[in-house]
Amino acid sequence: MENIVFLILRRMRQPLLTLLVVYAVSIFGLTVIPGQDADGNVWYMSVFHAFYFVSYMATTIGFGEIPYEFTDGQRIWVSLSLYASVISWIYAFGTILALVQDRAFQEAIAENRFARYVRKMREPFHLVCGYGETGTALVQALTSRGQHAVVIDIDEARTSIIQLQDLREFVPALHGDAAVTRHLEEAGLQHPSCAGVVALTDNNEVNLKIAITAKLLNPDVKVISRADSHDVEDNMASFGTDHIVDPFDTFAAYLAVAFQAPCLYLLQRWLTGREGTALSEPVYPPRDGHWIVCGYGRFGRAICRRLQSEGIKVIVVESRPDLTGRPETGFVAGRGTEADTLTEAGIEDAAGLVAGTDDDANNLSIVMTAHALNSDLFVVVRQNQHGNHNIIAAVDADMVMHPSAIIADKIRVLLATPMLYEFMSLALYQEETWACELTSRVSALVNEEVPVICERLVAPGDASVLHDYLAQGGHFTVGDLLRDPWQREQSLKAIVLLIRRRNDRILLPDPDAPLKAGDRLLVCGDRAAFRRMRWTVSHRHTLDYVMTGEDRPQSWIWRKLTRRNHYKHQ
Amino acid sequence: MNPEKVVFGFFIILALTLNFGFFVGEIENPDHHHLYELFAVVVVNLIATVLKFGDRSQMGALLLATSLVAILQLIAAAVVWTYAVHVDGTGLTPIVTASIVSLSGGAMLANVVSVVLLIIETVMLRR
Repeated sequence: MENIVFLILRRMRQPLLTLLVVYAVSIFGLTVIPGQDADGNVWYMSVFHAFYFVSYMATTIGFGEIPYEFTDGQRIWVSLSLYASVISWIYAFGTILALVQDRAFQEAIAENRFARYVRKMREPFHLVCGYGETGTALVQALTSRGQHAVVIDIDEARTSIIQLQDLREFVPALHGDAAVTRHLEEAGLQHPSCAGVVALTDNNEVNLKIAITAKLLNPDVKVISRADSHDVEDNMASFGTDHIVDPFDTFAAYLAVAFQAPCLYLLQRWLTGREGTALSEPVYPPRDGHWIVCGYGRFGRAICRRLQSEGIKVIVVESRPDLTGRPETGFVAGRGTEADTLTEAGIEDAAGLVAGTDDDANNLSIVMTAHALNSDLFVVVRQNQHGNHNIIAAVDADMVMHPSAIIADKIRVLLATPMLYEFMSLALYQEETWACELTSRVSALVNEEVPVICERLVAPGDASVLHDYLAQGGHFTVGDLLRDPWQREQSLKAIVLLIRRRNDRILLPDPDAPLKAGDRLLVCGDRAAFRRMRWTVSHRHTLDYVMTGEDRPQSWIWRKLTRRNHYKHQ
Repeated sequence: MNPEKVVFGFFIILALTLNFGFFVGEIENPDHHHLYELFAVVVVNLIATVLKFGDRSQMGALLLATSLVAILQLIAAAVVWTYAVHVDGTGLTPIVTASIVSLSGGAMLANVVSVVLLIIETVMLRR
């Protein structure tokens, strides 16, 4: 606010001075020019009358000559001062109007409003820097879960589109450079409710700057950043950035999991999928032959590294090896869009193909050409533009790598259900049969859509009744939690995946494992199961029914009556 | 040399000297205190105040404050004068003159503070 006041005052200095001088000169002139009163005596206007006269002359021009009719000398002076004062008023108004329309002024006002709104926020929020494809997807996912977000983007078109997006929560957005510390502060970096900072701009340097600013000004805040190069990743890791997401490495790691443990990969896809998406089919990347990787950029290199560590022979197709470098063996120059190059790379005997260039049209062309030459290929295609979703889906690839979606999914999991991330890391150490068993259990829970994942805390508030019950020494097991509070013999369509109890982690707890007050649970299941579970944990009567199977009367009268019935029966 | 400083210094000191000119003389004697001098003091003080608008420095803020005090006192003096002469019709009696001049004396004190602040600022710049 301060800024705006100073801006106005500074701009108004000149017009105000002009007005002052014009007024002073006009008033002075009127007092020294001799006039005549009604009787023809010489009369001088007093300063007070002159001030009064000039005040209404300058602003309205509709006036009479008071207190006596003017002499010609006075009229000459009044005509001069009339023009001077009207012009200086126009000048003053013009300056104010220009100021109001001034871009810098309007931005200062918008920035102030934004900062004031963020200061008043009382619920935890995430600060998202960069509102491109990834940012949009992330904010959509967060707000649909009822979480709050604050957005900064350098492109005004992107920040103004937020108002049109019909998000469930209001998302304050600032048009500004996120690399500027002041903008981050205004967006609530040091706000006590700031839960995390997500750097998603398409510029590595800016992401780095955001991450380091966040870590310096608010060391407790969780910082998640996108990084496209290993240099920047190492740099970010050096000052303790909590999570660094590299879409290329992340996808390459997924591919490696798909090779080693297809069930685990499927489980990961199902559990981390966005709500409402269909259950995906399992993929089995083949090992019986070599793989062709088109495009040897960041993505291609990450894939090659993983494939080679799986012991698979890789042939790289790259049109500009002078820019990207080239592997020592297995290299074919060319774009891969024409049959010659692919044939030279041995497409007829190949097991898999990765269309990984940064051009969607080329990637599609590569896939179509390859399919014509070898229809049994396992195809991985890279999608660069969000708008190409439909045509990419039409080529029917086995795996699609879309950097924005990968980053958004990963960060959404990190922010919304951090325990799921923990669960997946623990799952990596399990046998493949464990994963397959869990996959079949999950598929029994849900019909066609991915299961809903929720974290539940056994604490006052969310689950106050269960918490009190446990705190008083009650015994309540995982199996009890999964009982249907309508019919306790049936179980809910849900699985408790993980329990976090201080430093202990219990992976897939047994049904008879007891719960303790303060436990944090990761549960997956269908939506109805969560609704019913709420009754068990927050309603004493329901909890009693689930535990004992008796529908105990609640009210005083019913209690008396049932007691009498008891006596009768005895 | 900063022209802004020259202009501002000029007006601040002119305000003080004019104010002093109006103030000196017997406090009750209207012949010692001319109307145009008060008019000039008000105008010059207003200009000095507007010149300090939008100055974000500490010194600028203080100078704005002292100028505002002076203006308040001077306008009070002008209102007393107008009321006595035009509304009440008592004219410039010794009592009225004394209150006008003492109000302008208060304004002069504020103007003295302005000038002292200006000198301090200048000295600190020279250091």
